[in-house]
Amino acid sequence: MQNDAVIWQVINHGHCTYKVKTKTQNFCRNEYNVTGLCNRSSCPLANSRYATIREEDGRLYLYIKTIERAHTPKNLWQKIRLKKRYIEALEQIDQHLAYWPKFLVHKNKQRLTKITQYLIRMRRLALKPQPMLVPIAARTEKRDARREAKALTAAKLETSIEQELLNRLKQGTYGDIYNFDQKVYEKVLEAAEEEAIKEGDMAADEYVEGDEDEDEDKEEIQYVNEEDLDFDAEEGDMEDYAGSDEEPGSSAGDEDDSDVEASSSEDDEAGGRGQDRQAQRKRAATAAANGRGSRGAKRRRPLNIEYEMEHDTEKAAPVRQQAAW
Amino acid sequence: MSEHRKSSRKEGKKDSKEDSKKRKREPIGSIDGPTVGQLTSHIANKQVRAEQYAKLKHKAKKEKGAERRKRQEEVQRAENLGIEGPRRKVPKTIENTREKDVTMIAPEDAEVEADDADDEFASYFNREQAPNVLLTTSYRPSKLMFQFLAEMLEVLPCATFYKRQGIALKKIVKYATAKGFTDVAVFNEDRKQVNGLLLIHLPAGPTAHFRLSSVKLSKDIKGHGRAARMKPELILNHFDTRLGHRLGRMLASLFHQDPSFKSRQVATFHNQRDCIFFRHHRYIFEEKQKGKEGTPQVVAHLQELGPRFTLKLQSLQSGTFNSKEGEFEFKYKSKMHQNRRRFVL
Repeated sequence: MQNDAVIWQVINHGHCTYKVKTKTQNFCRNEYNVTGLCNRSSCPLANSRYATIREEDGRLYLYIKTIERAHTPKNLWQKIRLKKRYIEALEQIDQHLAYWPKFLVHKNKQRLTKITQYLIRMRRLALKPQPMLVPIAARTEKRDARREAKALTAAKLETSIEQELLNRLKQGTYGDIYNFDQKVYEKVLEAAEEEAIKEGDMAADEYVEGDEDEDEDKEEIQYVNEEDLDFDAEEGDMEDYAGSDEEPGSSAGDEDDSDVEASSSEDDEAGGRGQDRQAQRKRAATAAANGRGSRGAKRRRPLNIEYEMEHDTEKAAPVRQQAAW
Repeated sequence: MSEHRKSSRKEGKKDSKEDSKKRKREPIGSIDGPTVGQLTSHIANKQVRAEQYAKLKHKAKKEKGAERRKRQEEVQRAENLGIEGPRRKVPKTIENTREKDVTMIAPEDAEVEADDADDEFASYFNREQAPNVLLTTSYRPSKLMFQFLAEMLEVLPCATFYKRQGIALKKIVKYATAKGFTDVAVFNEDRKQVNGLLLIHLPAGPTAHFRLSSVKLSKDIKGHGRAARMKPELILNHFDTRLGHRLGRMLASLFHQDPSFKSRQVATFHNQRDCIFFRHHRYIFEEKQKGKEGTPQVVAHLQELGPRFTLKLQSLQSGTFNSKEGEFEFKYKSKMHQNRRRFVL
C-alpha cells in the first residue's frame, strides 16, 4: 500500500502538484516540507517517516508522521506544541525525534531557528512606529498646483511686503534708525491716502494684519537700542548643526533595544499573536492593493504619488530607550 | 423627402433667429447674460452658426465700445466740472467673491482677544517664553534636505538641528519638552523632495501638519542675497478666520519677538486662497525722486534671500502629536476645495 519508492518515482519523473521547476533546482510548495526543496529525502509525500515544524499564530508545532498511521490520513500527522523558549523547544525536538534519521533532526532544528528569528523580527517591527503611506490622487494634485500658481499671482507678494514695511516705517516701528525728510513722510502719507480713496471698493482685498504684529509694533520702539548693542551675542554657532553630538549613548540605546524586544516577545504570548495577525492583515491589504494596481495597468494607470506621513503604532516604550536619547 | 428636409431646416433657422432675438434683450456678452457662444451653440448647422456667431460678436463689440465711450465722457465731464464721477467698476476676483465664513475675525473682537489671552501661545506673546525650536527630519533624509535645513536655520536663529536617528516622534516630543524647547519642526522628505512639515507646539500642542511644495533654495533664486543668522522681522498676511488666526499665532511663535532691525531681514507668511507662501527677504528704504521736479518718496526695495516654499494645511490637532487618539481641530478633505471660492484660513 504505502511504497515510498513508487511515490517518489511518480513525483520525480512524472507530475507533482507541489513541484516548482526553476532553472537551477526544483522547489516544493507542500506546507509540510521541512526544507522547501524537492528531493528524495525532504519530500513529505515520498517519506512515510517524516517530521516538520510549522508556525500557527505565532506558536510553533512539531508535526510527525509515521508508517503506522499511514492508513488513516485523518490521524496521519501527530501535532506537538513546542515550548516558547528556544532551548526547551530544541530539547523537545531531540526527545521526540530520538533515533530518527540525522537529516530530519538537523533540518527541523534549522527550521525552528529560522522561524523563531522571524517571529522575533515581526514582533519588533510591530512595536516600532511605521510611517503611513497616503495615496494622493494625481488629478487633485494637478488642480492644487494650478490653483497655487494662480494664488501666487493674486498674492502680489513683493508689493504687499513692501507696503507692509512702509506701513511699519510710518508707524515708527523702526524708531530712530532711519531719518528721512519729514516732507518725504508726508508724501508717503498722501500717496497712501490717495490710494485708499482710489481703492475704496477694493477694501475687501486688502490684507488684515494679525493682532500679534500690532502688539509687536507698539512695544518694539523701547528695545531697539538694546538690540543694536547685543545682537552679536544672540548669534548662533555652527555647533548647533551638530546638535546630535551632544547626545551620548544613543547608539548604545539601539543595541539595548534588540535585547529588550527579544525577551519581551517570548514572554507575552497573547500580545505577540495579536500583532502577528495585525501584520498579516496589513500584508494582505497591501497585496490586494498591488493586485488592483497591476490589473489597472492595462487601462490608464493613474499616477498616484505617495508621500510619507508620520504615523505611530506605538505601544508603551521601554524605559531604557527613553533614557538613552 | 428632400423638400421636407429643406423645409424643416428652414424652420430650424427661423426658430434659431427668434430664439436669439428673444435672448438679445440683455446686452450680449455682458457679465451676467449668456455669452455669444451660448446663444449660438444650439444651431446645428456649422455655417449658419458661424455666421450668426460673427454677427452677434460684432454687435456685442460695438455695444461694448459705445458703453465705454459713454463712460469715459461722463468721467471727463465730471472732471471738468470738478464733481465726483461715476463709480469705477470693481473687477470680480476670487478674493472679493469668497464664500462667507462665519468664523471670520473682525478687528478687535473681544471674544477672540479673550481666547488669545489663554491659549497655548499666550506665554509667548506675553514674553514669558522665548522661542526655542527643535528642527529635525523624516527617517532618511538626503543631501537636499540638509541644504534646505541649513537655510531654514538661517531663517530661524532660535532653532537647533537634531539628527533624527530613527527615533519615534513621541519620544522626540517627550525629550524636547524636558529640554525646554517650545516647538518641534519635522520636515518630511520623499523621493528627494522636501514635501511636508509637522509643527508641534510644546508642551501642550497644537500640532499642525502641512504639505510643503514649490521649494526653492536660495541658490536657485535669481539675484538672491546671503542671509545672516539674525532675528528676522515677521509679516503675517491674511490669516483671517479663527483657524487662520490660530495658525498665524502658531507660526509667529517660531520667531523672536524683538527682531534685529539692523539686519533688515524679513520673513513673510502670506496666506492667499489657503496657500501659505513663505518668503525671506532683505529690505532697504530709499528716497526716490519721481520725475525731475517731484519731491522724493520713500520706497522699500526687496532682495530675496531664500528659501521659498508654500505650505498647505493638512490638519491641526489639539495636543501634541498623536495619530491614534488625537483630536483634530481641522482635517483637510479633498472635497473641501471643490468649490474654488471656499477657504478655511
